[in-house]
Amino acid sequence: MPLYVPGEDPGTDFLNLLRQNGLDPFPTSLPGTIDAGHATTVLALRCAGGVVVAGDRRATAGHLISHRDMQKVFPADEHSAVAIAGAAGPAIQMVRVFQLQLEYYEKIEGKPLTLEGKANQLAEMLRGHLPQAMQGLAVVPIFAGFDQARETGRLFQFDVTGGRYEEQDYATSGSGSLHAGTVVKLGYRSDLSESEALSLAVKALWHAADEDSATGGPDPIRGIYPVLAVITNQGFRQLSDEQSGAVFADFREELAEG
Amino acid sequence: MAMPGMYVSPEQLMQDRADYARKGISRGRSLAAVEHQGGIALVAENASSTLRKVSEIYDRIAFGGVGRYNEFDQLRIAGVRYAELKGYQYSREDVDARSLANQYAQMLGQIFTHEMKPMEVEIVVAEIDSDGTPELYRIQYDGTVADEQHWCCIGGDSEAVLDRLSDGWSQELDRDAAVRLAVQALAGPDRSLSAEELEVAVLAAGNGRRCFRRLDDAETEGLLAV
Repeated sequence: MPLYVPGEDPGTDFLNLLRQNGLDPFPTSLPGTIDAGHATTVLALRCAGGVVVAGDRRATAGHLISHRDMQKVFPADEHSAVAIAGAAGPAIQMVRVFQLQLEYYEKIEGKPLTLEGKANQLAEMLRGHLPQAMQGLAVVPIFAGFDQARETGRLFQFDVTGGRYEEQDYATSGSGSLHAGTVVKLGYRSDLSESEALSLAVKALWHAADEDSATGGPDPIRGIYPVLAVITNQGFRQLSDEQSGAVFADFREELAEG
Repeated sequence: MAMPGMYVSPEQLMQDRADYARKGISRGRSLAAVEHQGGIALVAENASSTLRKVSEIYDRIAFGGVGRYNEFDQLRIAGVRYAELKGYQYSREDVDARSLANQYAQMLGQIFTHEMKPMEVEIVVAEIDSDGTPELYRIQYDGTVADEQHWCCIGGDSEAVLDRLSDGWSQELDRDAAVRLAVQALAGPDRSLSAEELEVAVLAAGNGRRCFRRLDDAETEGLLAV
């Protein structure tokens, strides 16, 4: 357990601490490309009192389905979440390091980063990940949270180079994002309630799964449903499979009525 | 020309260092940790609301330090780093207070014998199991580590505080009663401490993954008023 002299102190940067201890979480790239498992459609939209974040559960490797119950929406801390699309392994590792970084900063400094600071931190990680993205291991997350200073839900979209774009209404990512995005766009209003936003998210995911082979739909036989989460002033809350199933059941009735 | 002989016996050297450290620690105010049903309450006399004596280390582990602020805060940060690295390399469940307390003991022992000046600090490491079983370790400036039962006190007036804690402690204490006992023990019979002069935190199994929670002045005032 070392005490650092001021010049070598890793400060609030958890990545720096890992590297100083010989644990590089994102090793430098090697030549060649890899075709690893991919995760697909995720989305986030603003609603009254916060944001709704959703993602399907399918991971694919080429034309095969490698996981049916993958989690793509993760709480980053109490008041924010990351939804991932892209290469599953690196994406999950990035989320893990991101979660640890936020908590590490909070404990060292005695107070959490601002939502803006968290989004910038994630952008920085993506920038560092660019060499792997060039090799086919791209990660494209969405970051959403409740900004306690501004008392509103906020969401951020990213690109593989670490570009960070704040969105006012909604954001989508992954192979089914085009279809999901269109559905959200047509149904979006700035005054959506939480339950209306959840219904819209379900509708968007269903249409994405309907058009895109890499996006999984609801699986009532196994009881696996896309992940739905809400972030408000009260914090991050993920709906159970039963609750998500109920939102899908409502949507099925809506479809049946035409 | 040769310098006149300046022999100091090892006993004297260690004694001087210990006296130096103790003097520094006794100038500061005390901190008490009290076990209660399902948790541990950590209460410090602290006029500052920003420079903390009690802090979170990891999911189930809290830290308390008295003495020189810059020194125990350095130890706190080293502890957070140790815990986070261990949790990252292995799993969150592999991070425990016993191993952290040993690390602190090694570090303080090393500094006490090899550095110019010993650290003028005394620290406590507290842990709560998933089933609510508490553990308390007290580590002194020279690396002496003690496994404490039910309560412990570090800092200036610790003897008197310990007596009051042992008089008032019982197995049935709940969180609020434990905080009240700690406050009464720290204050003694002739003083009373207000919420602004206190720093109160609890480590409770019921708080979710991160068991550590601070009580703000209003909460503290509320439970002291009973």
